Amino acid sequence: MFKVTIDNHTIEVEEGTTILQAARMIGGIVVPPAMCYYSKLKESGGKCRTCLVKVAQGSARDPRPLPKLVASCRTPVADGMVVQNITSQEVIETRKAIVEFLLINHPLDCPVCDQAGECDLQDLSYDNGKEESRFEEAKRSFRVIDIGDKIQLHMNRCILCYRCVYTADQLTDKRSHGILYRGDVSEISTYIQTDVTNDFSGNMIDVCPVGALTDKTFRFKNRVWFLNPMNANRSCSKCSGKVTAWMRGGEVYRITGRKDQFGEVEEFICNECRFEKKELSDWTIEGPRNIKRASVISQNHYEKSKKPSVILPLENRTVSLDEFKNGSNNEIQL
Amino acid sequence: MDRRILLNNIAVPGIRTFEVFRSTGGYLSVMKALKEMTPDDVIEEVKKSGLRGRGGAGFPAGMKWSFLDKKSNKPRYLICNADESEPGTFKDRFLMEKIPHLLIEGMICSCYALGAETGYIYVRGEFKYIVGILNEAIREAYQNGLLGKNILGTSINLDIHVHSGAGAYICGEETALIESLEGKRGNPRIKPPFPAVVGLYGSPTVVNNVETLCNIGFIVNQGGSEFARYGVGKSTGTKLISACGNINNPGVYEIEFGLSVREFLYSEKYCGGIKNGKELKAVIAGGSSVPILPANLILKTAAGEERMLSYESLAEGGFVSGTMLGSGGFIVFDEDACIVRNTWNLTRFYHHESCGQCSPCREGTGWMENVLHRIENGLGKARDIDLLVSIAAKIEGNTICPLGDAAAWPVASAIRHFRHEFEEHVLHPESCKNSAIRQLDNVQIRRLENV
Amino acid sequence: MGVALVAILLVFKDIVKDIVGVALVAILVLSNEIIKNNGIMLDKIITHPLHEKKNSTVCFSETALFKVQQIIARYPSGKQKSALLPLLHIAQEEFEGYLSVDVMDYVASLLNIQPIEVYEVATFYSQYYLERVGKNVIEICRTGPCAICGGEAIQSYLEKKLAIKTGETTPDGLFTLKAVECLGACGSAPVMQINTEFYEYLTTEKIDKILADLSSKAKEEKPEKSLWIEEFF
Repeated sequence: MFKVTIDNHTIEVEEGTTILQAARMIGGIVVPPAMCYYSKLKESGGKCRTCLVKVAQGSARDPRPLPKLVASCRTPVADGMVVQNITSQEVIETRKAIVEFLLINHPLDCPVCDQAGECDLQDLSYDNGKEESRFEEAKRSFRVIDIGDKIQLHMNRCILCYRCVYTADQLTDKRSHGILYRGDVSEISTYIQTDVTNDFSGNMIDVCPVGALTDKTFRFKNRVWFLNPMNANRSCSKCSGKVTAWMRGGEVYRITGRKDQFGEVEEFICNECRFEKKELSDWTIEGPRNIKRASVISQNHYEKSKKPSVILPLENRTVSLDEFKNGSNNEIQL
Repeated sequence: MDRRILLNNIAVPGIRTFEVFRSTGGYLSVMKALKEMTPDDVIEEVKKSGLRGRGGAGFPAGMKWSFLDKKSNKPRYLICNADESEPGTFKDRFLMEKIPHLLIEGMICSCYALGAETGYIYVRGEFKYIVGILNEAIREAYQNGLLGKNILGTSINLDIHVHSGAGAYICGEETALIESLEGKRGNPRIKPPFPAVVGLYGSPTVVNNVETLCNIGFIVNQGGSEFARYGVGKSTGTKLISACGNINNPGVYEIEFGLSVREFLYSEKYCGGIKNGKELKAVIAGGSSVPILPANLILKTAAGEERMLSYESLAEGGFVSGTMLGSGGFIVFDEDACIVRNTWNLTRFYHHESCGQCSPCREGTGWMENVLHRIENGLGKARDIDLLVSIAAKIEGNTICPLGDAAAWPVASAIRHFRHEFEEHVLHPESCKNSAIRQLDNVQIRRLENV
Repeated sequence: MGVALVAILLVFKDIVKDIVGVALVAILVLSNEIIKNNGIMLDKIITHPLHEKKNSTVCFSETALFKVQQIIARYPSGKQKSALLPLLHIAQEEFEGYLSVDVMDYVASLLNIQPIEVYEVATFYSQYYLERVGKNVIEICRTGPCAICGGEAIQSYLEKKLAIKTGETTPDGLFTLKAVECLGACGSAPVMQINTEFYEYLTTEKIDKILADLSSKAKEEKPEKSLWIEEFF
C-alpha cells in the first residue's frame, strides 16, 4: 500500500493507483476535473490537461517536486507522494488556461444544445472559466453529420477526448469512426458515408463529455432539467438492462446508462434498450436516481458560485474503499 | 578547436561505398566490440564519454541506455531517429547521404550493447532518396557479414530495416515515432512509462538520433575517455552545426564544443560572415524551437563573457538572456529580417505540425498564429502582444510532449528581445519593409484604425 | 463581440431561462453578423468531405505485391500494421498518385486491419494525398530559413508562372503546387521538392528551366514503377 497526500488529505492506496483515482477515493473538492479520462476505458486520459496537478513531493524516497504539472489521470502515485490540486495557485491558474483553450473554438451554443445541464464542459467552465474571452478570431466550424440514424455528430462542440473512439474500439468488434486529420482541424468522423452500426454504439453518447454526440431519438424533445431520472430495468439478452429512464409524467423521454458521481456509467447498455424501448411498459421502474445536489437537474439552477480558489484547511483523514464506493453524501434524491 | 570525429573522411571519394568506408578504418569498432568487449563494457564506455543526445534534448546517451529494462524477457529494439524536421537542421540528412556506413556501424555497436536484435531507421518521408542510399549501405553490410545471422562468426544476430515516415514533424518526438512505426497516427504517448520500459510493440526500446549513433563507433574504438577529451566541460565531443539563413557559407560544419559563436559566425572556415556585408540582427542557435537571441546576446552572454558553442554556454542566462544548443540548427538573420514575420512563420509551422491530441497545443498554436498573422498584416492591437506572451506561457509545460514548449519558446523569446518591433508593427504597420501590410489595401488599414 | 460574450455568460449562469436563451441566441447571431461585416473575422469553415466508396477492383502489380510481402516481413509477426506507412506510399505511387477510398480499403485488407485505421493514418500525414493531384507535385518550402532566403518570392513566382494558386493543379494535370513546411534542406534555401527530387538554391531562372524540363519530359513515358519501388523501399 502506498501513502499519498492530496491537498492535505492522506490516504492509503494500492500500488498502481493513479493520482486521480486516489483523489476520487478521498472525494469532494479535491477531485480534479477530468474531461477525457474514463476509468472504464483503457488508454483514456492524459489529453485534455484539465486534471493537471502539482506534485510537491515525488515520493518519500525522493522528495524532490516534479518539474512540471502532471496529468493526475495517468500518473501513478508513489509512496509518500504529496500532491496539490486546489491548494496550488499554479494548478488553478493552469486549469483556467486549459478551460480557455477548450472554449476558444467551442461554439458556446448551450441554449440550443441537448447536453446543456449535464455537460462536463459547462460545469468545468462554470468552476474554472473566465468571465470574458480574449479570443477575437473566427471559430472553426464543421458540418453536422449523422453517424447512423440514431446518433448525430456536432464536431464543433467536440473537445477531442477520444472517449468515443476507445468505446468503439473496446466495446464493439468493428470500429468505423475515428480521429481524422491533424492538429486543430482534426475531427471525429467516418471518412466515408457510412453508419456506425453496432449493438453498443449508443454508449458513445454517454461517454461524450460535451454535446458532440447526441441521441437523435431525444434531440430537442425536452430539457434534461425538466425530466426526472429514474432507475429502471428490463431483462435484456444483450446487456444488464439496468438503465436510467428520463421521465416526465408517465412518458419515457430517453434512456441512458446509470452515471455515477463522476459522470461515468456504471454499466454500458445496448442500443435496443437505449433507442427502442421508449414505452413505460417496457420498463420496471425502481425509483428515483441520486443526483448531485449541485446539478442543475436536481435544483433547476446552478448553486451559488463556489469557486475553488478559496482554500479550506482540511484535516487528514483516510477513506476506505467501501466508504468511497457507497459514499454519496453529496447527492440527493429527486 | 577544429578536431573532428565524424567528418574526418568526408572528403574521401566514394566514402559512401562499403569498400572505401572500410579502407578508412570503418567497422573496426564492430570487430572490437563484438570480439573484445561485453555489452556492458560498451555501455560503460558510452557513459564515460559523456555523449549527449544530438537530437535536441541533450540527454546523456549512456544514461538513456542504462534505463533499458533488463528484467523484461521481451525482445529489445533500437530505433534510429532520422525524422529530421526541425527547421534549420539538416545535419542528419548530410550524414546519411554522404557517409551512411557510419550510422550502420554505430547502430551495430549500439544494438550489441543493448542486446537488440532488430534496429529500425525511421527516415522522414521527404527523404526518399536517403532511403535508397541507406538500403544500399545495409545491403552491403549484409553482404559482408556485418548484419544478419552470426555477425562476424559470433552468435550475435542483427537486422536493420529502414522505415519511411510520411510527413509529420511530430514523429521526431520519440514516442510519436514509435506510434508511427507501429503504423498509427503520430500521437505522442503519455509518459511514464518511458520507451526504455514500454516502447515499440510494448518492448524495451531505445531511440537515438542519427548523429548520436554515428559517434558510437569512435567511442568504441578510442574509448570513452578519449571522446571526453574533445569539447569543453560537460559538452564532450564534437557537434554538427547546420548553418543557414543570411550567411555567406551555409552548410554543415563539425565543430568541437567550445568554439566561440563569433568565430563560427565570421570565420571563413565556417559561416563566413553575414551575406552582402550586412549587420547581424539575431540568431536562432539550435533549430527553430529554441529561443531567438539578438546579436549582442548571441555573441556575448549577459555577463559579458564570450558565448561559445556548447550546451552550457548557450544556455547561460537561462531563458532571460540565453538559449539552447538544441539540434544544432543555426539560423542567422541579417539587419533586414522582420522578427514579427519570422515569428509568425514559425508559429504557423508549429500550428501545422501540432498533432492535435492535447488541448493547450491544439488550440494554443492556432490562436498564436492567428494573432501573429493579424499583427503582421497590420491588424494588431497593443494588447495582442501581452496576449501572445500569456498564451505562450500557458502552453509551455502543460502539454503531453515538448512540441508545446517548442511552439511557445520562439514567440516568448521574440517578444522578450524584440518587443519594440512588435509594438512598431501594431502602431505603424506600414513602416516595416518586410511586412505583408504593404499588400493590404487602404480600406483594411482604415478598418484597423476604427477597431 | 463583447455583447456576444456577455450573452453567453448569462446563458451559462442561468441556463433554465429558455426564453431568455432564445433571445440571447438572436443577439449572438446578430453580433456575429456585425463582426463579419466589419471585415475582420470570417468564418473558418473546415470542409472535410465524406468520401465516396466506388467499390472498384483494386490490385497491386506483381512487383509491388512482392515488395509488400518483403516489407511486412520486416516487422514481427502479428505487427503487420507497422507496414502501413510504406504501403500507403507504394499505393499512392501505384494508383494515380493519390489515395482513393478503394485503394485505402485494399491496403487495409492486405494488412488485415479496419479501413478506419487506414483513413486515420492517411489523413494525419501530409505526404498522403486524398484528392487527385497533378503528375508532378511541386512542394515549395515556406518555413523560416527558406522564407528569409526568398522562398516566399519563389512561391509567388511559381503561382504566376503556372497560373494557379497554391494548392491547385494546372488544367493540363501536369503540375500541382503545394506549400509545405520545412523540407530539411535549409542550407540550400530556397528549396522545393518535386516528386522525390530536391531542387535547391532556387532562382526564377532555375524555376523556368525546371518547369520546361518537366513539361517536355511529361511527353515521354514515366519511368518504370518497379524501379521506383525497388529504390526507395
